[in-house]
Amino acid sequence: MATLIKMPKLSDTMEEGVILKWLRKEGEKIKQGDVLVEIQSDKADMELEAYDTGVVRKIFVPEGGKAPIGGLIAVIGGPDEDISAVLSGAPAVSAPKATDHSRQTAQAFTPSFQTTATAQSSGGRTKASPLARRLASEFKIDLSGVSGTGPQGRVVKRDLEGLLSDKRASVPTVPRPSVPGTFEEVELSLIRKTIAKRMIESKATAPHFYVTFEINMDPALTFRDQFNNGKETKLSFTDIVIKATSEALMKHPHVNATYLGDKMRQYHSIHIGVAVAMEEGLVTPIVRYCEKKSLEQINAELRDLVERARTRKLKPDEYLGATFTISNLGMFGVDEFAAIVNPPEGAILAVGGIVEKPVVKNGQIVIGHTMKITLSSDHRIIDGVVAARFMQDLKMILENPASLVL
Amino acid sequence: MAIVSLREALNQAIDEEMARDERVYLMGEEVANYQGAYKVSQGLLQKWGPKRILDTPIAEAGFAGIGIGSAMLGLRPIVEFMTWNFSLVAYDQIVNNAAKMLSMSGGNFSVPVVFRGPGGAAHGLGATHSQALESVYSHFPGLKVVMPSTCKDAKGLLKSAIRDDNPIVFIESEVMYGDKGEIPDGEYTIPIGVGEVKKEGTDVTIVSWSKTLAHVVLKAVDVLQEELNISIEVIDPRTIRPMDYDLIVSSVKKTNRLVIVEEGWPFAGVGAQISHEVASRAFDELDAPVERVTQEDVPLPYAHGLEIRSLPNLDKIRAAVRKVLYLD
Repeated sequence: MATLIKMPKLSDTMEEGVILKWLRKEGEKIKQGDVLVEIQSDKADMELEAYDTGVVRKIFVPEGGKAPIGGLIAVIGGPDEDISAVLSGAPAVSAPKATDHSRQTAQAFTPSFQTTATAQSSGGRTKASPLARRLASEFKIDLSGVSGTGPQGRVVKRDLEGLLSDKRASVPTVPRPSVPGTFEEVELSLIRKTIAKRMIESKATAPHFYVTFEINMDPALTFRDQFNNGKETKLSFTDIVIKATSEALMKHPHVNATYLGDKMRQYHSIHIGVAVAMEEGLVTPIVRYCEKKSLEQINAELRDLVERARTRKLKPDEYLGATFTISNLGMFGVDEFAAIVNPPEGAILAVGGIVEKPVVKNGQIVIGHTMKITLSSDHRIIDGVVAARFMQDLKMILENPASLVL
Repeated sequence: MAIVSLREALNQAIDEEMARDERVYLMGEEVANYQGAYKVSQGLLQKWGPKRILDTPIAEAGFAGIGIGSAMLGLRPIVEFMTWNFSLVAYDQIVNNAAKMLSMSGGNFSVPVVFRGPGGAAHGLGATHSQALESVYSHFPGLKVVMPSTCKDAKGLLKSAIRDDNPIVFIESEVMYGDKGEIPDGEYTIPIGVGEVKKEGTDVTIVSWSKTLAHVVLKAVDVLQEELNISIEVIDPRTIRPMDYDLIVSSVKKTNRLVIVEEGWPFAGVGAQISHEVASRAFDELDAPVERVTQEDVPLPYAHGLEIRSLPNLDKIRAAVRKVLYLD
């Protein structure tokens, strides 16, 4: 029996995927477990393996093409099997309801085309609810290209939700004034669209406030030199900040938390996401269970994660599900900055660069090294005093780094 | 906050307004010596005497007319119908005299009368004694129609009704007189024409009132939210006319879906009017046609099994909610 291959859901935020490469062409044989296709999600590139042995009978989405989650991308079947029932349903590829199953049998699949008729199926007129029409006109969506899931293929609000969230994130609400001169428009990558959506979600729902501290980094500089002396692994300041933050979070569970409407969830473990810049945007690989890890372990793990993030080889569970995020722009000459909370987390730490400057020590002006760190907090769960106490403890740990190896 | 029954809440409203204004009096069948067919007027004869608490003969057209005439001449009568079904005998007095007098007298005679009593079905009262008449009386300009669903609203709205200079149709429910609820301590009123969000929600708005809201819809909402994993907003208009359309429209703008649940029949029902107004004011906000749940379009059967199937119930509300959410 023919097996339908559908676009799998590769991350919680994924809505569609791009076909990067077919590793089998139409008519080629494939064994269960062989890689069939490489897919780009909004976060990473993933390989999809075949669940069955057979022949790739049909590929619906060419390399570079997109399909929504649950959209049909290929059919695997016996070499002489009749797959015409599947092929006749193929035009609805952009539409079928998203499911969590990446494959279904042909028998189960065929009737669903009958129930999800396209909106313009009767008399050429697109049927849509009044709300769907208003939203389509507001966000300039062509309804004739949308498949409706309401009665008689009526396009209803839920059929537009994926399109709307993209448009909301990318379309400015005020008319764009015309600018003299020429320009070019660059298609946003999936990563870029996801960042846009999530940052708007964060700023629109989480009231932010910011607390900045200046840290005396002389002890940390000395500590790092002594620690690295004669070793192969070289600790970075990011490693030290991660470990110090983890220690401070253990004392302040309010800051290691998520807002849930009528309650907040305080996590018992520390999973710190570290913002890593890539060409198309950024991704935040996660160092898990920081509270149980030594500086050397954190260093080794982060090195591996960053390397794989840059080559887009992270698995979803390696960048989804942090409890706190650290963003370090110190290496780019930034003195200090304020970051946007990465939802659903409750706070994010923005780390500036270490600068050499005159400081007052015991009543004398001497040359010292300082670093500014800024905590952005979701005020729904974190109050100013909570943020300040967390930062006081973090400052104390960073200024006494020897405690990190105890 | 004291906890009282709905009949006690109504009794307090009448008692307090009689103390406040000596022009207020109560009349109807069995309201005095028998202390009220449903004991709403318990103790009032003893307290206020036979000049202000008056038993009438079984002659609704007669005593409704006396009430209207006395209101035109400056008194503020409360006329109790043992049930609103019996008001049909006095229908001409209510719709032709009470409702139209202010307009037809060129503003010379206002008619500050409150007609009140239980409406709708109870249990096994048969077709002629189970009618939900709010759509009938709200048809007429000149009448205000008030239908509380809680003890607090019953007291506050009845006080406002007694103080209102227009004729008021105040419809209670036989099966609600024993309902208990909190009422605020001390003096308060609830304005006529202002609805209330009983429960906030995001996925669908349900509008309902009186007994159907208190005894059917609120229970159904608990079941359906759990069963369908949805969030339902519930609105009680509290007054049928004037209807608080603004409140309903603002809710529909949030949820994009509306279900109206009423005890009356479907044709020219209150829900039909609300549905039109929402389609007119919020057309571009609707993601599905407005659904209505009503009594079946037949005289209400006496047989228990048929009676419960004819009236609005959980199964009908579930079907309507699923339909507007496209869950089928």
